[in-house]
Amino acid sequence: MLFLISGLYDAQGKPQLPGLGYNFRMVKIVIFLLLSLAAATQAQAAPDGAKLYARNCAVCHGENGDGGLGIPLSLPSFQAAVSNDYLRKTIRLGRPGRVMPPSSLPDAEIEGIVRFIRSWGNGAAPLFPPRHVKGDAAHGKQLYSEHCAACHGVNGEGGKGTGVTFSRPRDLPIMAPALNNTGFLASASDSMIRENLKRGREGTPMVSFLNKGLKEKDLDDIVSFVRSFEQTPKPSSPAPAETEQAVLMVDSPYDLATTIENVKRAASSSNFIFIREQPLNFGLVPEGREDPRQHIIYFCSFSMLNQALITDPRVGLFLPCRITVVEQDGKVKMMAVNPKRLGRIFNNSELDAMCAEMTRRYLAIMEEAAL
Amino acid sequence: MTRIMRLLTAALLLGLSAAACADQLLMIRSSLPFPEAMLALQNAITTRGYKVTRVQNVDQGLSKTGYQTDNYKVVFYGKPEEVAQLAARHPELIPYLPLNVAIFAERNSTLLVTSRPGILAGFFPDPELSATFARWEHDLNEIVNEVQETR
Repeated sequence: MLFLISGLYDAQGKPQLPGLGYNFRMVKIVIFLLLSLAAATQAQAAPDGAKLYARNCAVCHGENGDGGLGIPLSLPSFQAAVSNDYLRKTIRLGRPGRVMPPSSLPDAEIEGIVRFIRSWGNGAAPLFPPRHVKGDAAHGKQLYSEHCAACHGVNGEGGKGTGVTFSRPRDLPIMAPALNNTGFLASASDSMIRENLKRGREGTPMVSFLNKGLKEKDLDDIVSFVRSFEQTPKPSSPAPAETEQAVLMVDSPYDLATTIENVKRAASSSNFIFIREQPLNFGLVPEGREDPRQHIIYFCSFSMLNQALITDPRVGLFLPCRITVVEQDGKVKMMAVNPKRLGRIFNNSELDAMCAEMTRRYLAIMEEAAL
Repeated sequence: MTRIMRLLTAALLLGLSAAACADQLLMIRSSLPFPEAMLALQNAITTRGYKVTRVQNVDQGLSKTGYQTDNYKVVFYGKPEEVAQLAARHPELIPYLPLNVAIFAERNSTLLVTSRPGILAGFFPDPELSATFARWEHDLNEIVNEVQETR
Protein backbone atom coordinates (compact mmCIF):
# COMPACT_ATOMS: atom_id res chain seq x y z
CA MET A 1 0.00 0.00 0.00
CA LEU A 2 2.85 2.36 0.83
CA PHE A 3 4.35 1.45 -2.55
CA LEU A 4 1.14 2.44 -4.30
CA ILE A 5 0.99 5.68 -2.44
CA SER A 6 4.63 6.49 -3.09
CA GLY A 7 4.13 5.84 -6.84
CA LEU A 8 1.90 8.89 -7.05
CA TYR A 9 4.72 11.23 -6.00
CA ASP A 10 7.70 12.43 -8.01
CA ALA A 11 11.35 11.94 -7.07
CA GLN A 12 11.29 15.07 -4.90
CA GLY A 13 8.31 13.83 -3.02
CA LYS A 14 5.89 16.27 -4.66
CA PRO A 15 2.47 15.00 -5.81
CA GLN A 16 2.27 14.19 -9.54
CA LEU A 17 -1.39 15.16 -9.80
CA PRO A 18 -2.82 18.55 -8.79
CA GLY A 19 -4.64 18.47 -5.45
CA LEU A 20 -3.21 15.11 -4.66
CA GLY A 21 -1.10 16.39 -1.75
CA TYR A 22 -4.02 17.18 0.51
CA ASN A 23 -5.99 14.07 -0.50
CA PHE A 24 -3.10 11.74 0.06
CA ARG A 25 -2.22 13.24 3.37
CA MET A 26 -5.78 12.42 4.36
CA VAL A 27 -5.46 8.90 2.94
CA LYS A 28 -2.27 8.37 4.93
CA ILE A 29 -3.96 9.59 8.10
CA VAL A 30 -6.94 7.31 7.51
CA ILE A 31 -4.68 4.34 6.81
CA PHE A 32 -2.67 5.10 9.93
CA LEU A 33 -5.87 5.27 11.98
CA LEU A 34 -7.17 2.03 10.48
CA LEU A 35 -3.91 0.24 11.20
CA SER A 36 -3.89 1.59 14.76
CA LEU A 37 -7.46 0.49 15.21
CA ALA A 38 -6.65 -2.99 13.91
CA ALA A 39 -3.69 -3.24 16.27
CA ALA A 40 -5.80 -2.05 19.18
CA THR A 41 -8.56 -4.53 18.33
CA GLN A 42 -6.02 -7.32 18.12
CA ALA A 43 -4.51 -6.32 21.45
CA GLN A 44 -7.96 -6.24 22.97
CA ALA A 45 -8.79 -9.67 21.58
CA ALA A 46 -5.56 -11.21 22.87
CA PRO A 47 -6.07 -12.48 26.41
CA ASP A 48 -4.39 -10.41 29.08
CA GLY A 49 -1.82 -12.88 30.43
CA ALA A 50 -0.98 -10.72 33.45
CA LYS A 51 -4.60 -10.59 34.57
CA LEU A 52 -5.12 -14.28 33.92
CA TYR A 53 -1.97 -15.11 35.84
CA ALA A 54 -3.05 -12.90 38.75
CA ARG A 55 -6.44 -14.59 38.85
CA ASN A 56 -5.36 -18.19 38.38
CA CYS A 57 -1.73 -18.62 39.37
CA ALA A 58 -0.45 -15.85 41.64
CA VAL A 59 -2.00 -17.21 44.81
CA CYS A 60 0.35 -20.19 44.71
CA HIS A 61 3.25 -19.05 42.52
CA GLY A 62 3.46 -15.47 43.83
CA GLU A 63 2.56 -12.22 42.12
CA ASN A 64 6.05 -11.94 40.69
CA GLY A 65 6.58 -15.63 40.16
CA ASP A 66 8.81 -15.96 43.20
CA GLY A 67 6.99 -19.04 44.42
CA GLY A 68 5.10 -20.12 47.50
CA LEU A 69 2.78 -23.08 47.52
CA GLY A 70 3.85 -23.41 43.90
CA ILE A 71 7.35 -23.40 42.46
CA PRO A 72 9.13 -20.10 41.63
CA LEU A 73 8.39 -19.61 37.94
CA SER A 74 10.58 -16.53 37.58
CA LEU A 75 13.72 -18.36 38.71
CA PRO A 76 16.19 -17.88 35.80
CA SER A 77 17.22 -21.52 35.85
CA PHE A 78 13.55 -22.58 35.63
CA GLN A 79 12.98 -20.23 32.70
CA ALA A 80 16.02 -21.66 30.96
CA ALA A 81 15.01 -25.25 31.62
CA VAL A 82 11.45 -25.57 30.37
CA SER A 83 9.81 -25.08 27.01
CA ASN A 84 6.59 -23.22 26.33
CA ASP A 85 5.04 -26.53 25.37
CA TYR A 86 5.88 -27.86 28.83
CA LEU A 87 4.23 -24.81 30.45
CA ARG A 88 1.11 -25.15 28.27
CA LYS A 89 0.67 -28.83 29.03
CA THR A 90 1.39 -28.33 32.72
CA ILE A 91 -1.29 -25.66 32.99
CA ARG A 92 -3.78 -27.78 31.05
CA LEU A 93 -3.12 -31.09 32.84
CA GLY A 94 -2.01 -29.93 36.27
CA ARG A 95 -0.35 -32.46 38.54
CA PRO A 96 -2.90 -35.01 39.70
CA GLY A 97 -2.59 -35.45 43.45
CA ARG A 98 0.13 -32.78 43.75
CA VAL A 99 -1.81 -29.57 44.53
CA MET A 100 -1.58 -28.04 41.00
CA PRO A 101 -5.08 -28.45 39.52
CA PRO A 102 -5.86 -29.03 35.84
CA SER A 103 -7.17 -26.01 33.97
CA SER A 104 -10.18 -25.74 31.71
CA LEU A 105 -9.17 -22.31 30.41
CA PRO A 106 -9.37 -21.85 26.61
CA ASP A 107 -6.10 -22.43 24.73
CA ALA A 108 -5.76 -18.72 23.95
CA GLU A 109 -5.89 -17.83 27.65
CA ILE A 110 -3.33 -20.48 28.55
CA GLU A 111 -1.14 -19.04 25.81
CA GLY A 112 -1.57 -15.61 27.40
CA ILE A 113 -0.42 -16.96 30.77
CA VAL A 114 2.59 -18.65 29.16
CA ARG A 115 3.55 -15.37 27.46
CA PHE A 116 3.27 -13.56 30.78
CA ILE A 117 5.39 -16.16 32.60
CA ARG A 118 7.97 -15.79 29.83
CA SER A 119 8.14 -12.04 30.44
CA TRP A 120 10.27 -12.85 33.50
CA GLY A 121 12.88 -14.60 31.36
CA ASN A 122 15.90 -12.99 29.79
CA GLY A 123 15.98 -14.74 26.45
CA ALA A 124 13.89 -16.80 24.10
CA ALA A 125 12.10 -19.84 25.49
CA PRO A 126 14.19 -22.98 25.03
CA LEU A 127 13.06 -25.47 22.43
CA PHE A 128 13.60 -29.17 22.87
CA PRO A 129 13.38 -31.49 19.87
CA PRO A 130 10.56 -33.99 20.34
CA ARG A 131 12.94 -36.91 19.84
CA HIS A 132 12.63 -40.10 21.83
CA VAL A 133 15.72 -40.79 23.93
CA LYS A 134 16.80 -44.43 23.79
CA GLY A 135 18.80 -45.59 26.76
CA ASP A 136 19.29 -48.53 29.07
CA ALA A 137 16.48 -48.15 31.62
CA ALA A 138 17.94 -50.85 33.88
CA HIS A 139 21.23 -48.97 34.13
CA GLY A 140 19.24 -45.75 34.46
CA LYS A 141 17.43 -47.20 37.45
CA GLN A 142 20.73 -47.86 39.17
CA LEU A 143 21.96 -44.33 38.46
CA TYR A 144 18.63 -42.88 39.51
CA SER A 145 18.73 -44.58 42.90
CA GLU A 146 22.28 -43.29 43.43
CA HIS A 147 21.83 -39.72 42.24
CA CYS A 148 18.13 -38.79 42.11
CA ALA A 149 16.09 -40.83 44.58
CA ALA A 150 17.15 -38.84 47.65
CA CYS A 151 15.22 -35.80 46.38
CA HIS A 152 12.78 -37.19 43.81
CA GLY A 153 11.85 -40.33 45.78
CA VAL A 154 12.65 -43.98 45.12
CA ASN A 155 9.67 -44.34 42.79
CA GLY A 156 9.75 -40.80 41.42
CA GLU A 157 7.06 -39.71 43.86
CA GLY A 158 8.77 -36.36 44.42
CA GLY A 159 9.59 -34.31 47.48
CA LYS A 160 7.17 -33.92 50.32
CA GLY A 161 5.08 -30.81 50.82
CA THR A 162 4.38 -27.96 48.46
CA GLY A 163 6.61 -25.98 46.03
CA VAL A 164 8.43 -23.78 48.46
CA THR A 165 7.23 -22.93 51.91
CA PHE A 166 8.12 -19.65 53.49
CA SER A 167 5.85 -20.04 56.50
CA ARG A 168 7.72 -22.93 58.11
CA PRO A 169 11.10 -24.62 57.94
CA ARG A 170 11.77 -27.50 55.56
CA ASP A 171 14.63 -29.72 54.43
CA LEU A 172 14.91 -28.43 50.86
CA PRO A 173 14.42 -24.88 49.59
CA ILE A 174 12.18 -26.20 46.83
CA MET A 175 10.12 -29.33 46.42
CA ALA A 176 11.60 -31.84 43.99
CA PRO A 177 8.98 -32.58 41.31
CA ALA A 178 7.23 -35.94 41.20
CA LEU A 179 8.75 -37.50 38.11
CA ASN A 180 6.22 -40.34 38.11
CA ASN A 181 3.28 -37.92 37.97
CA THR A 182 1.15 -38.40 34.88
CA GLY A 183 0.93 -34.62 34.42
CA PHE A 184 4.72 -34.27 34.46
CA LEU A 185 5.34 -37.21 32.14
CA ALA A 186 2.82 -35.89 29.62
CA SER A 187 4.32 -32.38 29.75
CA ALA A 188 8.07 -33.01 29.73
CA SER A 189 9.72 -34.34 26.58
CA ASP A 190 12.65 -36.76 26.78
CA SER A 191 15.02 -34.12 25.49
CA MET A 192 13.84 -31.60 28.06
CA ILE A 193 14.45 -34.05 30.91
CA ARG A 194 17.85 -34.87 29.45
CA GLU A 195 18.83 -31.21 29.16
CA ASN A 196 17.85 -30.65 32.78
CA LEU A 197 20.05 -33.54 33.86
CA LYS A 198 22.87 -32.11 31.80
CA ARG A 199 22.66 -28.51 32.97
CA GLY A 200 21.06 -28.79 36.40
CA ARG A 201 19.07 -25.91 37.81
CA GLU A 202 20.94 -23.14 39.49
CA GLY A 203 19.36 -21.96 42.73
CA THR A 204 18.01 -25.45 43.50
CA PRO A 205 19.67 -28.61 44.82
CA MET A 206 19.57 -29.99 41.23
CA VAL A 207 23.13 -29.87 39.89
CA SER A 208 24.56 -30.80 36.50
CA PHE A 209 25.00 -34.54 36.30
CA LEU A 210 27.91 -34.17 33.93
CA ASN A 211 29.66 -32.21 36.68
CA LYS A 212 28.95 -35.13 38.98
CA GLY A 213 30.96 -37.35 36.69
CA LEU A 214 28.19 -38.97 34.64
CA LYS A 215 28.59 -39.51 30.89
CA GLU A 216 26.26 -38.42 28.10
CA LYS A 217 25.12 -42.04 27.68
CA ASP A 218 24.27 -42.21 31.40
CA LEU A 219 21.88 -39.30 30.94
CA ASP A 220 20.04 -41.24 28.22
CA ASP A 221 19.76 -44.19 30.59
CA ILE A 222 18.26 -42.06 33.37
CA VAL A 223 15.78 -40.49 30.93
CA SER A 224 14.71 -43.96 29.80
CA PHE A 225 14.20 -45.01 33.39
CA VAL A 226 12.16 -41.88 34.20
CA ARG A 227 10.05 -42.50 31.09
CA SER A 228 9.42 -46.05 32.31
CA PHE A 229 7.35 -44.58 35.16
CA GLU A 230 4.60 -44.30 32.57
CA GLN A 231 4.25 -48.06 32.70
CA THR A 232 4.41 -48.28 36.49
CA PRO A 233 1.13 -48.22 38.39
CA LYS A 234 1.13 -45.51 41.05
CA PRO A 235 0.98 -46.70 44.67
CA SER A 236 -1.42 -43.93 45.64
CA SER A 237 -4.12 -44.06 48.25
CA PRO A 238 -7.52 -44.84 46.75
CA ALA A 239 -9.63 -41.76 46.11
CA PRO A 240 -12.51 -41.59 48.55
CA ALA A 241 -15.75 -42.59 46.91
CA GLU A 242 -18.29 -39.89 46.15
CA THR A 243 -20.55 -41.78 48.51
CA GLU A 244 -18.26 -41.09 51.47
CA GLN A 245 -20.36 -39.22 54.02
CA ALA A 246 -19.54 -35.56 54.67
CA VAL A 247 -20.26 -35.96 58.39
CA LEU A 248 -19.10 -38.60 60.85
CA MET A 249 -21.84 -39.29 63.38
CA VAL A 250 -22.00 -41.67 66.34
CA ASP A 251 -24.92 -42.03 68.78
CA SER A 252 -24.11 -41.81 72.46
CA PRO A 253 -25.95 -43.90 75.06
CA TYR A 254 -25.04 -41.30 77.71
CA ASP A 255 -26.43 -37.91 78.61
CA LEU A 256 -24.91 -34.71 77.22
CA ALA A 257 -22.58 -33.92 80.13
CA THR A 258 -21.27 -37.48 80.38
CA THR A 259 -20.72 -37.69 76.63
CA ILE A 260 -18.73 -34.43 76.66
CA GLU A 261 -16.46 -35.77 79.39
CA ASN A 262 -16.13 -39.09 77.56
CA VAL A 263 -15.06 -37.35 74.34
CA LYS A 264 -12.43 -35.32 76.21
CA ARG A 265 -11.10 -38.45 77.88
CA ALA A 266 -11.09 -40.48 74.65
CA ALA A 267 -9.29 -37.70 72.74
CA SER A 268 -6.69 -37.50 75.47
CA SER A 269 -6.12 -41.26 75.45
CA SER A 270 -5.68 -41.00 71.68
CA ASN A 271 -2.73 -38.61 72.25
CA PHE A 272 -4.60 -35.41 71.51
CA ILE A 273 -4.26 -32.36 73.77
CA PHE A 274 -7.55 -30.88 74.93
CA ILE A 275 -7.69 -27.22 73.86
CA ARG A 276 -11.07 -25.86 74.84
CA GLU A 277 -14.79 -26.51 74.89
CA GLN A 278 -17.54 -24.08 74.01
CA PRO A 279 -21.17 -23.94 72.92
CA LEU A 280 -21.70 -23.88 69.16
CA ASN A 281 -23.02 -20.33 69.29
CA PHE A 282 -20.22 -19.02 71.50
CA GLY A 283 -19.38 -15.48 70.41
CA LEU A 284 -22.60 -15.17 68.46
CA VAL A 285 -24.93 -14.51 71.39
CA PRO A 286 -24.30 -12.67 74.66
CA GLU A 287 -22.40 -14.66 77.26
CA GLY A 288 -24.71 -16.80 79.38
CA ARG A 289 -27.31 -17.12 76.61
CA GLU A 290 -25.54 -19.81 74.58
CA ASP A 291 -27.30 -23.06 73.76
CA PRO A 292 -25.76 -25.71 76.05
CA ARG A 293 -27.18 -28.57 73.96
CA GLN A 294 -24.68 -28.02 71.13
CA HIS A 295 -21.22 -28.27 72.55
CA ILE A 296 -17.89 -28.21 70.71
CA ILE A 297 -14.78 -29.92 72.06
CA TYR A 298 -11.52 -28.78 70.44
CA PHE A 299 -8.34 -30.82 70.70
CA CYS A 300 -5.05 -31.09 68.85
CA SER A 301 -2.04 -33.27 68.18
CA PHE A 302 0.60 -30.66 67.46
CA SER A 303 3.00 -33.11 65.87
CA MET A 304 0.25 -34.23 63.50
CA LEU A 305 -0.74 -30.63 62.89
CA ASN A 306 2.83 -29.63 62.10
CA GLN A 307 3.12 -32.55 59.70
CA ALA A 308 -0.16 -31.63 58.03
CA LEU A 309 0.91 -28.01 57.54
CA ILE A 310 4.24 -29.09 56.06
CA THR A 311 2.36 -31.39 53.71
CA ASP A 312 -0.10 -28.70 52.72
CA PRO A 313 -0.34 -25.29 54.44
CA ARG A 314 -3.92 -24.90 53.21
CA VAL A 315 -5.41 -27.37 55.68
CA GLY A 316 -6.57 -24.60 58.01
CA LEU A 317 -10.23 -25.32 57.39
CA PHE A 318 -9.80 -28.56 59.37
CA LEU A 319 -8.36 -26.73 62.35
CA PRO A 320 -8.44 -27.31 65.18
CA CYS A 321 -9.66 -30.90 65.50
CA ARG A 322 -13.17 -30.84 66.77
CA ILE A 323 -16.04 -33.07 67.83
CA THR A 324 -19.45 -31.55 68.53
CA VAL A 325 -21.81 -33.18 70.99
CA VAL A 326 -25.46 -32.45 70.27
CA GLU A 327 -28.58 -33.21 72.25
CA GLN A 328 -31.78 -33.20 70.22
CA ASP A 329 -35.14 -34.71 71.11
CA GLY A 330 -33.60 -36.43 74.13
CA LYS A 331 -30.92 -38.16 72.04
CA VAL A 332 -27.22 -37.39 72.22
CA LYS A 333 -25.00 -37.59 69.13
CA MET A 334 -21.32 -36.93 68.46
CA MET A 335 -20.44 -35.33 65.13
CA ALA A 336 -17.36 -34.32 63.16
CA VAL A 337 -16.52 -33.34 59.62
CA ASN A 338 -15.24 -36.26 57.60
CA PRO A 339 -11.66 -35.29 56.64
CA LYS A 340 -11.53 -38.12 54.11
CA ARG A 341 -14.41 -36.54 52.20
CA LEU A 342 -13.39 -32.91 52.65
CA GLY A 343 -9.72 -33.64 51.89
CA ARG A 344 -10.52 -34.34 48.23
CA ILE A 345 -10.76 -30.65 47.46
CA PHE A 346 -7.00 -30.19 48.01
CA ASN A 347 -5.79 -32.38 45.10
CA ASN A 348 -3.00 -33.65 47.32
CA SER A 349 -2.65 -37.42 47.61
CA GLU A 350 -0.12 -37.06 50.41
CA LEU A 351 -2.74 -35.15 52.35
CA ASP A 352 -5.43 -37.69 51.41
CA ALA A 353 -3.55 -40.33 53.39
CA MET A 354 -3.43 -38.03 56.44
CA CYS A 355 -7.13 -37.22 56.08
CA ALA A 356 -8.00 -40.91 55.97
CA GLU A 357 -6.00 -41.39 59.17
CA MET A 358 -7.79 -38.44 60.79
CA THR A 359 -11.17 -39.92 59.86
CA ARG A 360 -10.14 -43.19 61.49
CA ARG A 361 -9.07 -41.37 64.65
CA TYR A 362 -12.24 -39.27 64.87
CA LEU A 363 -14.32 -42.42 64.64
CA ALA A 364 -12.14 -44.19 67.21
CA ILE A 365 -12.57 -41.31 69.68
CA MET A 366 -16.33 -41.15 69.22
CA GLU A 367 -16.72 -44.91 69.47
CA GLU A 368 -14.63 -45.02 72.63
CA ALA A 369 -16.71 -42.19 74.08
CA ALA A 370 -19.85 -44.20 73.38
CA LEU A 371 -18.60 -47.38 75.05
CA MET B 1 -38.55 -18.33 47.96
CA THR B 2 -40.68 -20.65 45.89
CA ARG B 3 -40.00 -24.34 45.61
CA ILE B 4 -39.06 -23.96 41.95
CA MET B 5 -36.53 -21.24 42.76
CA ARG B 6 -34.99 -23.44 45.44
CA LEU B 7 -34.74 -26.37 43.06
CA LEU B 8 -33.17 -24.17 40.39
CA THR B 9 -30.63 -22.78 42.87
CA ALA B 10 -29.84 -26.30 44.08
CA ALA B 11 -29.39 -27.51 40.51
CA LEU B 12 -27.09 -24.57 39.78
CA LEU B 13 -24.99 -25.20 42.87
CA LEU B 14 -24.79 -28.92 42.18
CA GLY B 15 -23.75 -28.19 38.62
CA LEU B 16 -21.11 -25.75 39.79
CA SER B 17 -19.74 -28.09 42.42
CA ALA B 18 -19.53 -30.93 39.93
CA ALA B 19 -17.96 -28.84 37.19
CA ALA B 20 -15.45 -27.08 39.38
CA CYS B 21 -13.96 -30.09 41.13
CA ALA B 22 -10.47 -28.58 41.04
CA ASP B 23 -11.77 -25.24 42.12
CA GLN B 24 -13.49 -26.08 45.37
CA LEU B 25 -11.00 -24.15 47.43
CA LEU B 26 -11.27 -20.41 47.52
CA MET B 27 -7.78 -18.99 47.77
CA ILE B 28 -6.45 -15.48 47.42
CA ARG B 29 -3.13 -13.80 47.97
CA SER B 30 -3.11 -10.39 49.60
CA SER B 31 -0.12 -8.13 49.16
CA LEU B 32 -0.76 -6.83 52.68
CA PRO B 33 1.46 -8.00 55.51
CA PHE B 34 -0.26 -10.40 57.89
CA PRO B 35 -1.56 -7.97 60.58
CA GLU B 36 -3.12 -5.64 58.00
CA ALA B 37 -4.62 -8.54 56.04
CA MET B 38 -6.08 -9.96 59.25
CA LEU B 39 -7.68 -6.61 60.01
CA ALA B 40 -9.02 -6.32 56.46
CA LEU B 41 -10.50 -9.82 56.68
CA GLN B 42 -12.31 -9.13 59.94
CA ASN B 43 -13.61 -5.82 58.62
CA ALA B 44 -14.85 -7.46 55.43
CA ILE B 45 -16.64 -10.14 57.46
CA THR B 46 -18.35 -7.77 59.85
CA THR B 47 -19.43 -5.25 57.21
CA ARG B 48 -21.45 -8.06 55.61
CA GLY B 49 -23.45 -8.65 58.75
CA TYR B 50 -21.47 -11.57 60.13
CA LYS B 51 -19.92 -11.75 63.57
CA VAL B 52 -16.39 -12.97 64.14
CA THR B 53 -16.88 -15.53 66.88
CA ARG B 54 -13.29 -16.47 67.53
CA VAL B 55 -9.76 -16.44 66.15
CA GLN B 56 -7.85 -19.68 66.57
CA ASN B 57 -4.14 -19.01 67.04
CA VAL B 58 -2.73 -22.07 65.33
CA ASP B 59 0.73 -20.47 65.26
CA GLN B 60 0.80 -19.92 69.02
CA GLY B 61 -0.09 -23.53 69.77
CA LEU B 62 2.64 -24.74 67.43
CA SER B 63 5.25 -22.34 68.83
CA LYS B 64 4.46 -23.31 72.43
CA THR B 65 5.00 -26.95 71.57
CA GLY B 66 8.35 -26.28 69.92
CA TYR B 67 7.45 -26.06 66.22
CA GLN B 68 8.54 -23.12 64.07
CA THR B 69 5.86 -21.36 62.09
CA ASP B 70 4.96 -18.00 60.68
CA ASN B 71 1.61 -16.36 61.50
CA TYR B 72 -1.25 -18.83 61.04
CA LYS B 73 -4.79 -18.21 62.33
CA VAL B 74 -8.28 -19.47 61.61
CA VAL B 75 -11.10 -16.93 61.75
CA PHE B 76 -14.57 -18.27 62.62
CA TYR B 77 -17.66 -16.25 61.77
CA GLY B 78 -21.42 -16.55 61.47
CA LYS B 79 -24.80 -14.92 61.94
CA PRO B 80 -26.47 -15.69 65.29
CA GLU B 81 -29.99 -16.39 64.06
CA GLU B 82 -28.86 -18.25 60.98
CA VAL B 83 -26.60 -20.58 62.97
CA ALA B 84 -29.38 -21.21 65.50
CA GLN B 85 -31.95 -21.99 62.80
CA LEU B 86 -29.65 -24.20 60.77
CA ALA B 87 -28.50 -26.13 63.84
CA ALA B 88 -32.12 -26.76 64.82
CA ARG B 89 -33.48 -27.68 61.39
CA HIS B 90 -30.37 -29.30 59.89
CA PRO B 91 -28.22 -30.66 62.72
CA GLU B 92 -26.10 -32.56 60.17
CA LEU B 93 -24.61 -29.17 59.22
CA ILE B 94 -23.37 -28.47 62.75
CA PRO B 95 -19.80 -29.77 62.21
CA TYR B 96 -19.43 -27.19 59.41
CA LEU B 97 -20.59 -24.28 61.60
CA PRO B 98 -19.58 -21.56 62.18
CA LEU B 99 -17.88 -20.84 58.84
CA ASN B 100 -14.14 -20.30 58.80
CA VAL B 101 -11.26 -18.83 56.83
CA ALA B 102 -7.63 -19.84 57.33
CA ILE B 103 -5.18 -16.96 57.05
CA PHE B 104 -1.42 -17.32 57.06
CA ALA B 105 1.70 -15.34 56.26
CA GLU B 106 3.97 -16.11 53.36
CA ARG B 107 6.94 -13.78 53.58
CA ASN B 108 5.57 -10.26 53.03
CA SER B 109 2.18 -11.33 51.72
CA THR B 110 -0.74 -13.18 53.21
CA LEU B 111 -2.80 -16.10 51.95
CA LEU B 112 -6.47 -16.72 52.67
CA VAL B 113 -7.92 -20.18 52.17
CA THR B 114 -11.36 -21.62 52.67
CA SER B 115 -13.62 -24.15 51.06
CA ARG B 116 -16.26 -22.82 48.72
CA PRO B 117 -19.65 -22.98 50.44
CA GLY B 118 -20.95 -24.31 47.13
CA ILE B 119 -19.36 -27.69 47.89
CA LEU B 120 -21.79 -28.06 50.79
CA ALA B 121 -24.56 -28.35 48.21
CA GLY B 122 -22.94 -31.59 47.10
CA PHE B 123 -22.63 -32.79 50.69
CA PHE B 124 -26.14 -31.76 51.74
CA PRO B 125 -28.39 -31.82 48.66
CA ASP B 126 -31.45 -30.49 50.47
CA PRO B 127 -33.15 -27.85 48.28
CA GLU B 128 -34.08 -25.95 51.45
CA LEU B 129 -30.38 -25.28 52.07
CA SER B 130 -29.39 -24.26 48.57
CA ALA B 131 -30.28 -20.59 48.93
CA THR B 132 -28.20 -20.36 52.11
CA PHE B 133 -25.16 -21.95 50.44
CA ALA B 134 -25.53 -19.65 47.44
CA ARG B 135 -25.63 -16.59 49.70
CA TRP B 136 -22.58 -17.77 51.66
CA GLU B 137 -20.72 -18.30 48.41
CA HIS B 138 -21.62 -14.80 47.24
CA ASP B 139 -20.68 -13.20 50.55
CA LEU B 140 -17.44 -15.12 50.86
CA ASN B 141 -16.38 -14.13 47.37
CA GLU B 142 -17.01 -10.52 48.27
CA ILE B 143 -15.10 -10.88 51.53
CA VAL B 144 -11.96 -12.36 50.01
CA ASN B 145 -12.09 -10.01 47.03
CA GLU B 146 -12.26 -7.05 49.38
CA VAL B 147 -9.20 -8.29 51.26
CA GLN B 148 -7.36 -8.83 47.98
CA GLU B 149 -8.17 -5.34 46.79
CA THR B 150 -7.29 -3.62 50.06
CA ARG B 151 -3.98 -1.76 49.71
